[in-house]
Amino acid sequence: MLKDITLGQYFPGDTVAHKLDPRTKILLVVLYIAALFSARGVVGYAILALCLAACVRISRVGLKALVRGLKPVLFIIIFTGILNLFFTPGDHYLLEWGFLKVSDTGLRNAVFMVVRIMLLIMGTFLMTYTTSPISLTDGLEQLLGGLKRFHVPVHELAMMMSIALRFIPTLIEETDKIMSAQKARGADFESGNLMQKAKALIPILVPLFISAFRRADELAVAMECRCYHGGEGRTKLHVLKYERRDYVALFLGVLVLAAVLVLRHMGL
Amino acid sequence: MEPILQIKNLTHTYGIGTPFQRSAVEDMSFDVYSGEFLGIIGHTGSGKSTLIQHLNGLLKPTSGQVLLRGKDIWAEPKKIRNVRFQVGLVFQYPEYQLFEETVYKDIAFGPTNMGKRGDELDACVREAARLVGIRDDQLEKSPFELSGGQKRRVALAGVIAMEPQVLVLDEPTAGLDPAGRENLMANIRDYHRNKHTTVILVSHSMDEIAQNVDRILVLKSAHVLMSGTPAEVFARGQELLAAGLDVPQVTRIAMALRERGLAVDPAVYTVRDLERQLLALRKGGAVC
Amino acid sequence: MATIIQTENLKYAYPVEEGEKQTFALRGVDLEIEKGSFVVVLGHNGSGKSTLAKTFNGVLLPAGGKVYVEGMDTCDENLLLAIRRTVGMVFQNPDNQIVANVVEEDVAFAPENLGVPTEKIRKRVDDALKTVGMSEFVRHAPHLLSGGQKQRIAIAGVIAMEPACIVLDEATAMLDPIGRQEVLSTVHRLNREKGITVILITHHMNEAEEADCVIVMDDGVVAMDGSPRQVFTQVDALRSMGLTVPDTVDLLDRLQKDGLDVPLDALTVEECAGAIAAALRAN
Repeated sequence: MLKDITLGQYFPGDTVAHKLDPRTKILLVVLYIAALFSARGVVGYAILALCLAACVRISRVGLKALVRGLKPVLFIIIFTGILNLFFTPGDHYLLEWGFLKVSDTGLRNAVFMVVRIMLLIMGTFLMTYTTSPISLTDGLEQLLGGLKRFHVPVHELAMMMSIALRFIPTLIEETDKIMSAQKARGADFESGNLMQKAKALIPILVPLFISAFRRADELAVAMECRCYHGGEGRTKLHVLKYERRDYVALFLGVLVLAAVLVLRHMGL
Repeated sequence: MEPILQIKNLTHTYGIGTPFQRSAVEDMSFDVYSGEFLGIIGHTGSGKSTLIQHLNGLLKPTSGQVLLRGKDIWAEPKKIRNVRFQVGLVFQYPEYQLFEETVYKDIAFGPTNMGKRGDELDACVREAARLVGIRDDQLEKSPFELSGGQKRRVALAGVIAMEPQVLVLDEPTAGLDPAGRENLMANIRDYHRNKHTTVILVSHSMDEIAQNVDRILVLKSAHVLMSGTPAEVFARGQELLAAGLDVPQVTRIAMALRERGLAVDPAVYTVRDLERQLLALRKGGAVC
Repeated sequence: MATIIQTENLKYAYPVEEGEKQTFALRGVDLEIEKGSFVVVLGHNGSGKSTLAKTFNGVLLPAGGKVYVEGMDTCDENLLLAIRRTVGMVFQNPDNQIVANVVEEDVAFAPENLGVPTEKIRKRVDDALKTVGMSEFVRHAPHLLSGGQKQRIAIAGVIAMEPACIVLDEATAMLDPIGRQEVLSTVHRLNREKGITVILITHHMNEAEEADCVIVMDDGVVAMDGSPRQVFTQVDALRSMGLTVPDTVDLLDRLQKDGLDVPLDALTVEECAGAIAAALRAN
């Protein structure tokens, strides 16, 4: 049951999108987000939507998977849309019903907001679908490497992230086992009001936390036994290297951002 | 003896409709008799853990039935929790599920869920603690202050305190050293003898099963391979070995002795029995 | 013969709360582990065998006495890395040793820590996986593997450091019989074919049958030290220490006490049956 929870699941593949350096993909997402928040008019958003569509095509992820990613945030999308629709003042009012007024600007904003959120989520998910968590962490570690100069523990943070990612399926499995054991003693996780349901979680959370601390302890010893001593002097099995396709992709990304900014300036 | 549990054509399939579809248990049928000590043995992947989770209604059959005293446990799905109070299940490494502030409270979790209160609850908890060898002064300690072996006993007490009619134990001695294993099995044997509870022991160790149970159920690849008394099962030792399972070391010694022409009963499975037979042979001179 | 690990009057006590009396888990252990040997350390829970194992690579430091690894003192902080590169350790819980999401990344962890150049890491990882027989799982997710497979990955992760010695701290305790067999045959092969010293800490008596040397720990000291045959035949002494003997030895011991002329050191099923048959015929 719990095993169905996937967090930005990775679909392995062989496409160009998969082969891009993770740093490139992270930077592209940054450019994409910057462009999304700069877009003002229909043409701007249309270009970004087209870009996303092209990327979806290249990565062969499938639109269905992306749309599924919108489900958890459906509430936010609708909420934002409604807020903008009814509470934006404007010049012309298309509908009036008590204190709820729909202005033309309101309608425009609502549509653009909803589109922006949808494109944002789908774009980010596209990146996590085509990049394994480990390479994402590697990519981030490299990109933020410059911060080491300012005493930011970049390596340690990356190591923490990748270990956390590695243990997610293990902890989920353990949660399942603990739940079964407590159910075998008559624990009930379904019935009752919110307070009762929260209390019912204690027999799961306490053993889980204790176990997690024990795991961390044992893992730390195991890491030290394999000569771990921090980030100093560490080499890597897989070294990230930019290829030509990365430069091309980044160039296109910058181009799109520039186009959107120009269009914004032109009022489109 | 009346069957207290009946498994009829039980099948459980995981991941139906996905490419990962597989049946962990396929068309299994067997009876468990009231008051018996039944051993279940099989490799990882034989369906053991899926099977036992059906006995107390943690898993629902894909097809087939589980009958407790003649009644289908899923007849009233909303009341499935009650089944778990009658068929107690202790998982492997149960000490990892302790959570309460004191040993007493943790043991009380099960009976409290059953609705027991006050003196009745107190009696259940203290009796269960006594049965597994937890002293009174340990009841007020935090379970996390205890040793691994003691924690395991607390977890066991937590299920016994529900006074189930059937107690299912999944590898209760896993990870314990030989003395610890013998100690715990002695406890379990006493419990079975004194309380007349039906006990089902799931184990990897043929030796452990042989020395403790009345009947054995052998599982292989989601099916029941054979069942019977230890003597009946080990008489088919060659079949077990061919199926990739083991036989008690004593049985293997007996088989090796037979190969050397000695008239030894191949179904022998305890050292004492084999010793007796060999001494009889020495007296009778039945060697060739 | 060369000694790889040596302990001198080794003592260890676990830290205790204020006011509590300190109990010594190790109370003066003198040992010499021969290079290239296969050593099994037996003992009941609490005998100090696991504590002893952890002093071999400096995870625990002596409270008294010394531990030397190829002459290096484990108390010397500067030598710790070199010591850990020489003596690798595999622990009991298969999950809590795996650091990465992908098998090859996990096996590469140690060489990466040691600053091995990238091209060489690749070779070490592939060789290590081949040695433990897990090459086909190179890009698998470790959490989907069985217990025995996970422990073999852990072993690969250790041999990627190219250690001279591997210590297995109850590494088979949480495995099913198949997993246990996988791990045992792997380390026996490592010992035979690559000459790696193996120190196996366990409470399963049958794992000691093929050892070069068996050490029995009891109450923080070495109670017995010898070949499997020498140790297993001391049936009563082993029983008093909370250990068992294999059924073969148990049977022979009883028959011997019944007056039958059988040796006690026929450890395997075949040897045992042979000895009994011979004795009965001679009768």
